[in-house]
Amino acid sequence: MIRLENITKVYPMGKRELTVLRNVSINIEVGQLVAVMGPSGSGKTTMLNLIGCLDTPTSGSYYLDGNEISRLGGGELARVRGQKIGFVFQTFNLLPRLSALANVELGLKYAGGSDNQRERALAALDRVGLSDRAGHRPTELSGGEQQRVAIARALAKAPPIILADEPTGNLDSRSGEEIISILTSLHAEQGITLLIVTHDFNIAQHCQRIIHLMDGRVESEDKL
Amino acid sequence: MKRLFEPLVTAWVGVATHKLRSFLTILGIVIGVSAVISLMSIGKGASAEILTRIEGMGSDLITITPGAFMFAGVRGALGSTQTLTQQDAEAIEQQVPYISAVAPTYSTSVQVVVGSENMHASVTGVTPAYREIQDLEIAGGSFFTEYDYQRGAKVAVIGSSIKETLFKDTNPLGQQLRAGSNIVRVVGVLATREGMFGFSPDNAILVPLTAVQQMVAQTRTSQGERVVSSIVLTVSDEKQTDYVIEQITSLLRERHRLAPGVDDDFNITSIQEISEAISETTRTLTILLGAIAAISLLVGGIGVMNIMLVSVLERTREIGIRKALGARERDIWGQFLIEAIFLSFAGGIIGVLTGWGASYAISYLGVLGGITTVVSADIVILAVSVSVGIGLFFGFYPAWNASRLNPIEALRAE
Repeated sequence: MIRLENITKVYPMGKRELTVLRNVSINIEVGQLVAVMGPSGSGKTTMLNLIGCLDTPTSGSYYLDGNEISRLGGGELARVRGQKIGFVFQTFNLLPRLSALANVELGLKYAGGSDNQRERALAALDRVGLSDRAGHRPTELSGGEQQRVAIARALAKAPPIILADEPTGNLDSRSGEEIISILTSLHAEQGITLLIVTHDFNIAQHCQRIIHLMDGRVESEDKL
Repeated sequence: MKRLFEPLVTAWVGVATHKLRSFLTILGIVIGVSAVISLMSIGKGASAEILTRIEGMGSDLITITPGAFMFAGVRGALGSTQTLTQQDAEAIEQQVPYISAVAPTYSTSVQVVVGSENMHASVTGVTPAYREIQDLEIAGGSFFTEYDYQRGAKVAVIGSSIKETLFKDTNPLGQQLRAGSNIVRVVGVLATREGMFGFSPDNAILVPLTAVQQMVAQTRTSQGERVVSSIVLTVSDEKQTDYVIEQITSLLRERHRLAPGVDDDFNITSIQEISEAISETTRTLTILLGAIAAISLLVGGIGVMNIMLVSVLERTREIGIRKALGARERDIWGQFLIEAIFLSFAGGIIGVLTGWGASYAISYLGVLGGITTVVSADIVILAVSVSVGIGLFFGFYPAWNASRLNPIEALRAE
């Protein structure tokens, strides 16, 4: 489903260039639950952004469902993001002026919209156990609740892939466990392909596969 | 329906989040639009008033005066030739269609004396039809009659200024005045009226043309026709004014035996022509006023652009989030553009209302010389569409900026 071939990503840093990913090749099958680990600056987030179609590689090819994403333009990338990718960020990234429900609906809207947008958004909120908080704004919710709204937003459009970038990084351990259990159960129940970037071995233990990155290279891989 | 409505709601949320800021931005547009509306309504009101005054003089009036004297390439003053005759007037009345009345006039300057008062004045010989043509109102007594005209009675109808100078507070009716060496009896006083374009009834001394012919030696042309100072006439159908002027021109050229290519030896002016020229001028002035007001609208537009740029900067992260959720460039672009249009359109609507109110207040309070301001639909439509256009124009760049943001960098913004 996700196939990276010799992906290299170079960022210009003033006069010098910073190579973040070097010849990374990875294959992820449909329905896999994968953890990506590695120290800061090892290229985890960059890899996730490439897979999430937020960025394009400097060289190499990226195939998603057999289509070469690395050749697409901005508008097509946006369409793929909207339809196939759900993001969960470390900092939640909810729009502060919108209610929880409106935030979830926004995800559906950019996925192409649907007639029963509101019902689907409510169902997604219900799935993460927040149907009673639909009218609250992010500032009125706890960190764990905000992250659950973010998961609902990613999940509402029923994407084949969810990418979570340190989803528990800003949460206390109890909320973090809740989030992980929601994510893993989504994977188990709906067969969503799930990539989690994390520092936490306890989280990685839940996954089928752990990819270790180091200095922009795949250092090793564990299968559990 | 929902798809149309949703961007508006998004725009409203954006505008409502910063109420004071949005209010000040809108205020810039409000001031611009209301300035355009009120200034143009003043311009339109003024031109309407001038036109009513001119039309009050009779928009059906046509005046024919002799042309300039021309000798060896030297042109004299207008009216210096003696080519226009009483027979011309008769020919026009008989041969040109759409004419309701024609009156030749013959003016002569004499010293007028009443008792110990005297003044130099112009005595004008006219036919009875003159009263109707110039639409003169009588304040006292009556105009001279057809019978007076037939027998060349030495009677006069005088203007109000003449009456005040010569008769002071006494009743002039039935009294005599001496014009040159002739004694003339006053039979009527004209109502006072503001004069325009050379003719003021207040300074007129009108006598039957036949009487003037007895009082002074009226010049004759080589054909023996009696020369007149002017011919005034009214058309029965104002739409035919141009046609009537054309017909009179060809008739007079024929009568005066002017070869093709030779300039007319007479001038024809119609009130309609004058009012057209004046309304052209006032229209230009109105546009000028509007253009000055439009400068403030432009400043308001720059305000919109400024605020939109700030707004894009502030919401960089929001843009990143929307892009991560799958928003295309045109979604982001549209969102900010609609917000800019929303601001300027709101300003436009409020501006129309305040501008309308201001121009109503100007009329109602009677400032600016009691002009009745005119707010017309075209100004309102123009002002509103210009304000929307300003939103489009000045919102374009900030919106484009927003849509081009790199999602990863945008997400990293604080």
